[in-house]
Amino acid sequence: MNSPLTLEKRISTSAAASLVVPAVSVLLALATGAVFLWLAGHNPVQAYTAMFKGGFGSLYGLSETVVKAIPLMICALGISLAFRMQLWNIGAEGQLYMGAFGATWVALTFPDAPAVALLPAMFIMGVLCGGIWGILPAIPRAYLGVNEIITTLMLNYVAVLWVDYLVYGPWKDPNGFNFPLTAQFSPNATLPAFGDTRIHAGLLFAAAIAVLIHYGIKRTRWGYEIRVIGVSQSAARYAGMNIPKNIMLVMLLSGAVCGLAGMAEVSGLTGRLQHGFSPGYGYTAIIIAWLAKLHPLSIIIVSILFGGLQAGGFSLQSSGVPAAMVSMLQGAILFFVLGGEILTRYRIVFNNKTKKMGGKGTWKQA
Amino acid sequence: METSLIAAVFATAITAGTPILFAALGEIFTERAGILNLGVEGMMLVGAVTGFMVAYKTGNPWFGVLASMLAGGLLSFIHALLTVTLKANQVVSGLALTIFGTGLSGYLGKAFIGQPLPNPFKAEKLGLLGDIPVIGPVLFQQDPLVYLSFVLVPLSWFFIFRTKMGLNLRAVGENPGAADSLGVSVSKTRYLYTMVGGMLAGIGGAYLSLVYAPAWMENMTAGRGWIAVALVIFSTWNPLYALVGAYMFGGIDALGFRMQLLDVQIPSYFLSMLPYICTILILILTTYKAQRNGVGAPKALGLSYDREER
Repeated sequence: MNSPLTLEKRISTSAAASLVVPAVSVLLALATGAVFLWLAGHNPVQAYTAMFKGGFGSLYGLSETVVKAIPLMICALGISLAFRMQLWNIGAEGQLYMGAFGATWVALTFPDAPAVALLPAMFIMGVLCGGIWGILPAIPRAYLGVNEIITTLMLNYVAVLWVDYLVYGPWKDPNGFNFPLTAQFSPNATLPAFGDTRIHAGLLFAAAIAVLIHYGIKRTRWGYEIRVIGVSQSAARYAGMNIPKNIMLVMLLSGAVCGLAGMAEVSGLTGRLQHGFSPGYGYTAIIIAWLAKLHPLSIIIVSILFGGLQAGGFSLQSSGVPAAMVSMLQGAILFFVLGGEILTRYRIVFNNKTKKMGGKGTWKQA
Repeated sequence: METSLIAAVFATAITAGTPILFAALGEIFTERAGILNLGVEGMMLVGAVTGFMVAYKTGNPWFGVLASMLAGGLLSFIHALLTVTLKANQVVSGLALTIFGTGLSGYLGKAFIGQPLPNPFKAEKLGLLGDIPVIGPVLFQQDPLVYLSFVLVPLSWFFIFRTKMGLNLRAVGENPGAADSLGVSVSKTRYLYTMVGGMLAGIGGAYLSLVYAPAWMENMTAGRGWIAVALVIFSTWNPLYALVGAYMFGGIDALGFRMQLLDVQIPSYFLSMLPYICTILILILTTYKAQRNGVGAPKALGLSYDREER
């Protein structure tokens, strides 16, 4: 060993490091962003202040943060199901679009139906369309091992183009001044909101899904199978678990949950389907699921932080900073967390010192 | 008349396939070293925007190409740092790179949206070769970057399969432990070829903004980086097949475009879906065939290498 420091695997991951690393990562990402802001002639302090105020500085800002966090939570929860089984579902964006499509179809086809029938039907169609978009790539994955990262991602483009076709074509609102959007849904097709805020019942969906996933994964036999398959496919096969069936089931559920996010978005927030209604929620949700270590409660919390980033990003635009700054920051946060994660799994050993201080205990257990 | 139309379609297929070809070629190098870089889409975007900015400011598209290589190389360095030195998950790091690159390109390019490029690459006839009927207009009346790819593909094949360095590269991707014990530095090799991959992805992006468009638009790669990753699987990590596949995708792209011009009664949205749907179908077929023939990815692809666990 001639390098001055080496990495030594920890027996168990460090709890302190797994709290400190994300926090420091966010700060470092903001610092990186500040460099880019400064290089482009913006004042980073002003920009971040505006962003913070936009996301958390007022009641309205806070409510907007939660509004943006709802689709993020639901998608990240859906993604976490697949990730737990080492299935890389990168298709949340497409599944969200297809869920929105399904719900919109119901709302536009039965404009006069009562809310008690309309909302459940929209819910079911949203979940169904998202689920189909999730299981489509799961079938070749389950039986042939076709790389699901690429297939789920390709389907995102197909879903976005499909929705664009509809809102620019057959579903375009004749009274919409040629904007790419459908007609406004009837009030019966609209999810209720909390008070006079824009926060809608989708938040309750997110909470319910979080509880269901937590319970399902931790307490049921099926959840146990998912966890085993996620850790070791060969062990799962040896134990007689049906891996193809579980791959398809998990992707179906994952897609269905993301589809629900799309339904909640059109029914609870926009009240119509429109071009580009998601600023990449499905992609941001991947980061959230990863940062939250797939833990449902953490997903809710991280989603609110990222919702704040999204809402703050909007108020940044008014001071001339491009909105792309937000996805840049998101990517940077993930970089730093990934880089810092090594500290939770490994410890750094300084070779010249350690050789002499052999009695220090914990660090030569292996 | 008929032949000139066919020649035009093939020529467009090559132009449309070239950005994917550069990116796929780069990813072949990276994956041959055992590193999966899913950041191709992000690196292409940043390559496209930096290439455009520099070509716009200097008036020389070659400076743009150099800048795109530099940008792609720098971004892939982050990936190498995270996955090789810090042993981070390669899938997640690649995704982070794509998200970061998408944001960065949008941030950098804001002021350049819709600006025309004063001095883009132009098609240049390659002397007498360009006069050969049919083949001439298809292959030898292209722009300099297409010619560069013509040279790069066989060279890469030769390098990977017929040289000592290529052997080392493949060894690191197949069995890093063995390569290490033979004195090949696993981490140096992985850094090097991850960055080669990034530079080539950068050129692929620059091709879009300097030749194909030639302009800068946000998200102008439109998934081509991901198609390139799929193409690497299709090519069985062989540059020669990557060329075939890239032109096939270029053809699909061009076909959709042609059909629109010919006023075929299919909404353009469905034609735009073609490359993505074809990618999925081709990926399924390729995987099915590869399983039967036993040709797979480099054995150590996606795994970090730890000498202590050898």
